[in-house]
Amino acid sequence: MIRLERRSEPNRLFAGITPVLAVVATMIAGGAMFAALGADPFVTIRTIFWDPLFSEQFASYSRPQLLVKAGPLILIAIGLSLGFRAGVWNIGAEGQYIMGAIAGAAVALAAYPLEAVWIFPAMILAGAIGGWAWAMIPAILRTRFNTNEILVSLLLVYVAEQVLASASTSWLRNPEGAGFPGSRNLAQYPSAANNEIIAGTGMHWGVAAAFIAVIAAYVLLSRHILGFNIRLAGQAPRAARFAGVSPNRLVLICFGASGALAGLAGLYEVAGPARQISIDFNVGYGFTAIIVAFLGRLHPVGILFAGLLMGLTYIGGELAQIMLGLPAAAIQSFQGMLLFFLLAGDVFTNFRVRFGGRVAA
Amino acid sequence: MRRRGGWGLKALLEIDGVTKTYPGVVANNSVSFSVGENEVHALLGENGAGKSTLVKMIYGLVRPDSGVMRFQGGTYAPASPHEARRAGVAMVFQHFSLFEALNVAENVALGMEEPPPMRTLAARIAEVSEEYGLPLDPSRVVGDLSAGERQRVEIIRCLLQDPKLLIMDEPTSVLTPQEVDILFETLRKLREEGTSILYISHKLEEIRALCDEATVLRLGEVVGNVDPKTDSARQMAEMMVGASLMTPSRDSGSFGEAKLEVAGLSIASSSPFGTSLRDVSLTVRAGEILGVGGVAGNGQDELLAALSGEALSTPGTLKLSGQDVSALGPNARRALGLLAAPEERLGHAAAPDMSLVENALLTGGVRKKLIASGFLKWTEARRFADEVIGQFDVRTPGADHAARSLSGGNLQKFVVGREVLQAPEVLVVNQPTWGVDAAAAASIRQALLDLAAGGAALVVISQDLDELMEISDSFSVLSEGRLTQPRPAAGLTVDEIGLMMGGAHDMGVAHAAG
Repeated sequence: MIRLERRSEPNRLFAGITPVLAVVATMIAGGAMFAALGADPFVTIRTIFWDPLFSEQFASYSRPQLLVKAGPLILIAIGLSLGFRAGVWNIGAEGQYIMGAIAGAAVALAAYPLEAVWIFPAMILAGAIGGWAWAMIPAILRTRFNTNEILVSLLLVYVAEQVLASASTSWLRNPEGAGFPGSRNLAQYPSAANNEIIAGTGMHWGVAAAFIAVIAAYVLLSRHILGFNIRLAGQAPRAARFAGVSPNRLVLICFGASGALAGLAGLYEVAGPARQISIDFNVGYGFTAIIVAFLGRLHPVGILFAGLLMGLTYIGGELAQIMLGLPAAAIQSFQGMLLFFLLAGDVFTNFRVRFGGRVAA
Repeated sequence: MRRRGGWGLKALLEIDGVTKTYPGVVANNSVSFSVGENEVHALLGENGAGKSTLVKMIYGLVRPDSGVMRFQGGTYAPASPHEARRAGVAMVFQHFSLFEALNVAENVALGMEEPPPMRTLAARIAEVSEEYGLPLDPSRVVGDLSAGERQRVEIIRCLLQDPKLLIMDEPTSVLTPQEVDILFETLRKLREEGTSILYISHKLEEIRALCDEATVLRLGEVVGNVDPKTDSARQMAEMMVGASLMTPSRDSGSFGEAKLEVAGLSIASSSPFGTSLRDVSLTVRAGEILGVGGVAGNGQDELLAALSGEALSTPGTLKLSGQDVSALGPNARRALGLLAAPEERLGHAAAPDMSLVENALLTGGVRKKLIASGFLKWTEARRFADEVIGQFDVRTPGADHAARSLSGGNLQKFVVGREVLQAPEVLVVNQPTWGVDAAAAASIRQALLDLAAGGAALVVISQDLDELMEISDSFSVLSEGRLTQPRPAAGLTVDEIGLMMGGAHDMGVAHAAG
């Protein structure tokens, strides 16, 4: 008989090596799955993890993609992690991402064709406010009427998608676009374009913002009373009230921060890699960021690495689909395995496994 | 009248060299003792001495690693409570396992091996409850019963099984003095009818009043057998602790001006199972300790929350040194000198997974100035945590360890010490020594007395009447959310206290329908 015994304190060694173990276990289990699908497991794993960065054939294209994909994931996940730590569940980052992009793009399109230095900063501000305002809806409903923030924030994603569809087909549609849905191409509007800071690296302003967010979140959580209160509220809500933390205030702060960061991610995306508002602008960063946040153990530095790893499996997964003809579902299962093994590994951090012995029924 | 158990032929239960180890701790090390027939045998020991593990083994919940148990002369190794019950061993737990929505008879049926039809059972319950002087109506819903009545349900459930040995784990912790008397009468009657009782407690006076023989456990080992009728409570306590006890001392001087004034405070409970506070009024002066007694669940948590600032009250109901603080939150009250230490250590007074340094910051941030323009001063926080650990003898490998890794007593010392060392003007504590060993309890009480001697006003909420009598200057009782008029503690008799507490309970009135 196998028993689990709660450890008196989390085992730090296990907490550290669990992510590594999870990646190794994912490679083994994923390799078995790929083998069952008739692909060579070693080639597949190499295609996913190695080729995007180091293959002579693909790396020049896919290496910059790593930062392009990881940037928004990290930026959104950092915001979400604050709430998740406090026990505030914003599941609707995808919607906040869309609304940030629309708000930021709207500022640019309103100013078009004026060229001025204030346009890009104004867009950043508008993007953050757009995401923040969308996040305030579930936050205020929660604090005022005690609605479930998970449901409200999630359902608002689908509302945001409708707003996006309407924007790209009517009020933000490119008047010179021959009636096709989609806004003007912001990449061709120099004052509004979010270009690469260093050409050929994929490093655009959004990636820079993601790195700044990582550092800011780290300082907040380890050195600031707000970060302390966030951690306290998540671990022991009653102790947090005893320490004078207002739960409602924390809901507003966490939703506001995660909404603003998701909105920023949307703005940087629409002004950069995506170039324009279109019906299929959102590709699920807001949902994947939830996985990234947990994969990174809700720790800023962990999220940085988790975002990069997740970005890598995206690019590598696409590569594997193209090169080896693997179905997209197999790649998604592979990503799911990663989260599964990571959460399974957490058991060993908090529990000790005992074999034999018995407890009476 | 006295029947000796000992190692004679008349032993009902013999424990011989029983050992049980858990990872990192020996819960019982070669424990031997025996319970004679027709004997009330006490098992004495501090928290963590191994009493619970021992009785769990006797009741079949835990299996010993080595050693032998014999019951009525035969080998006894129950693999489950079912087997233990079949052999004739019954147990009343400290925490009841009753369903509030069901009535007494239904609850009793749920705990029986082969319950008879409900009508027969109800008649049996009425019969047994009358026979043993435990008034109880089988058709009443358990949710409406007092703690004492709920305990009777558990006892009657055991008695219906006709046990040879009845184990009782800290049975009086939830009872009023009058209810304790009723219980003792029942237990004496049971003994006369041939049931042996293994009685677990740390309340020495009770053991002296009830038990024939006592086995003292310390750190998992038997340190001796005492005769509770002849040995003094102090001797037993010192045997339990393994050191001589310090008796808290104080000079009861005169009091200063009023520090904390509560007038007409009413707060509806935020939880459906809580107790609303109704028209609570009290005044505590500088240097005074107000003891608040009462059975658990009569508004203790709510009173602490109202005073700490977790629950706000209508303006004018709460004044600190003349200033109205009713609308201020916990930190604003801390800044003014009103501190609190809640009962629930893990999850309320302290965050279980956070380190002691972080937990020091949890309430110490304001008064110890551990926060500068929003940023945390970790060095100072660590110094404060170390100060608490040092001055209150908190046993821990270091301030970096999580609160939940500490034993209950050590964490309690930390929680109380954290507030005391912030030099409060007014300190409110709920159950300051709950689950704490005798030596630590004495040092916590002394710290509270010293604080009062230094001019602070204290409100001590506790269910331990001995403790309240020891340290209080004035005494009042919380009953169903109402606070009785505080009275000077000196000279109060147990009967008077019982009457103050009894407001909620219709003592001695038989509900049994005959």
